[in-house]
Amino acid sequence: MTTSILNIEQISLAFGGVKALTDVSFSVKQGSVFSIIGPNGAGKTSMLNCISGRYRPNSGKITFDGKEVTHLRPNDRADLGMGRTFQNLALFGHMSVLDNIMVGRHHLLKNNWLTGPLYWTSGAQKEELAHRRKVEEVIDFLEISHIRKSVAGTLSYGLRKRVELARAMALNPKLILLDEPMAGMNLEEKEDMARYILDLNEEFGITVVMIEHDMGVVMDISHEVMVLDFGKKLISGLPDEVMADPYVKRAYLGLEEDAEDTVQADVKLEEVS
Amino acid sequence: MSSLTMRPCGDFRTSYKQDNTIFETKNIKHVAIIAIAFLCAAPYLVDAYYLTLFIQISYLGIAALGLNILVGYTGQISLGHGAFFGFGAFASAWLNISFGIPVLLCIPLAGFLTMGVGMVFGLPASRIKGLYLAIATLAAQFILEDFFARADWFSGGSAGSSADPINLFGFAFDTDESFFYVALFALVFMYIWGCNLMRSREGRAFIAVRDHYLSAEIMGIKLNKYRLLSFGVSSFYAGIGGALYAHYLGYVSAEGFTLFMSIQFLAMIIIGGLGSIKGTLMGVVFMVFLPEALEGGVGLMKMTEWGNIPMVVDGLAYIKEMAIGLVIILFLIFEPEGMAHRWGQIKNYWKFYPFSY
Repeated sequence: MTTSILNIEQISLAFGGVKALTDVSFSVKQGSVFSIIGPNGAGKTSMLNCISGRYRPNSGKITFDGKEVTHLRPNDRADLGMGRTFQNLALFGHMSVLDNIMVGRHHLLKNNWLTGPLYWTSGAQKEELAHRRKVEEVIDFLEISHIRKSVAGTLSYGLRKRVELARAMALNPKLILLDEPMAGMNLEEKEDMARYILDLNEEFGITVVMIEHDMGVVMDISHEVMVLDFGKKLISGLPDEVMADPYVKRAYLGLEEDAEDTVQADVKLEEVS
Repeated sequence: MSSLTMRPCGDFRTSYKQDNTIFETKNIKHVAIIAIAFLCAAPYLVDAYYLTLFIQISYLGIAALGLNILVGYTGQISLGHGAFFGFGAFASAWLNISFGIPVLLCIPLAGFLTMGVGMVFGLPASRIKGLYLAIATLAAQFILEDFFARADWFSGGSAGSSADPINLFGFAFDTDESFFYVALFALVFMYIWGCNLMRSREGRAFIAVRDHYLSAEIMGIKLNKYRLLSFGVSSFYAGIGGALYAHYLGYVSAEGFTLFMSIQFLAMIIIGGLGSIKGTLMGVVFMVFLPEALEGGVGLMKMTEWGNIPMVVDGLAYIKEMAIGLVIILFLIFEPEGMAHRWGQIKNYWKFYPFSY
């Protein structure tokens, strides 16, 4: 259980003079839910982009499932079993939900441009139907069967997030990276999403790395939490340990003294006005 | 919830296979089959002139579908499609004359040759986008045009090159009536090929690259490969269309494959509907029949008393030319998504007829 599936060693990333990440190291255990938290601009999404291959880190090493992937292209990482969702929705807007999820099966399908069009004779149809069945499993799991024929661009925000999760799950990933899966959702949708994340982790055994701002959710469902601030790793550990850390409280969660300060400031402001 | 297609009631699907057909419903499929059967009988029913129009629709339609796969489905742009069409025509004639390959084999071979050429010119396509790509493909257009005029060994230079009719077991398809069947078969085959391409792995990858290339890459799609492949498939279609054109006319000259032709292909798919296979065919039919319809209109006008006024009679030819331009502009303003979209709306309107909600 305790073998780590993802190892990040001394990752640094800079855009010109701006240091997005400085010497960040951590490892994610197989089968765990790992959350990255931190204030805006702390480098959380940059970290995820390094893992999924959108950015190339300036230095450091990323090992996924025993293989070094630091300089691999994003599409090759999908073959290895890494799926992700985006913070800003990134569905294929003009495709149906079903086709969107079928795109997730891309690296598992074998047909090419010559055999695909010979649909009935080359086995392409058989392959499509077999994978359709797998996709339907994902659709059932995420309870989006009622919208499977809708055009993805016409859906509501919460549903789109769910379709994105479905698309990432269709990859058959070992590791799934979720960038703010619950941003902009209401309480009910958040509860649903948290349940899906827990279920895909427990039933399918997919390791989850997620970025999330809702502290309640993070503390409830994560096995491990890491805090980033200004591109540096502050602390990582069990949710309770992280919560208890005074530095984290000050930097991110807001200390009670700070709260009193702001109350006093408000009072002063009122007096002035 | 809004569904992709409004299906008629009673159309129950019980397997994934039924849910994955080319035609939305069985009725549409039957109508299509009956239409094709009627077309098979066309040489005995209609004037030879209409057969030439249909053959024109066939070879232009095949090439236009190629362009739609590139522009409509993959979101690239090409201003060199006319030149690729011409390359297919010359390549097929050249293969036939120089190597004595039977014409029937020359046509697909010309397709593959054009595919190769298209991919060479498509190499920049995997790196540049939008207007820059348009200019790069414009270069392809002019380079190929120049090549046709100069490469005597390939195209016969300015004299052009002759192409033999298709010959199968001693039967030559050299009349409109006989070539009609070749054209019909090619059209149906290539459109089914296109439909199957778009509903299998590669087609979805094309659309994914168009809609959101960043997440397409994350989903395991090689961007460069698919942008290049799209150029290849598009040129393949252009090559097949061009080869049919060559063996139909029996003679290919370098003058025909100008930028104007490329623009015409673009106009066809924009009018028909970008990213729609049936729209492509609609657009081609529209563009082929429009001049005919206008000709007929002009003929009618000549018969009225207006026909006695010399100024009108002289101007009619110009009016016809301008009307084509006007129709295209009106289309872009009132139906930018093409005839396929409008067709869907009309269908939905009648489906719900008295109750629009």
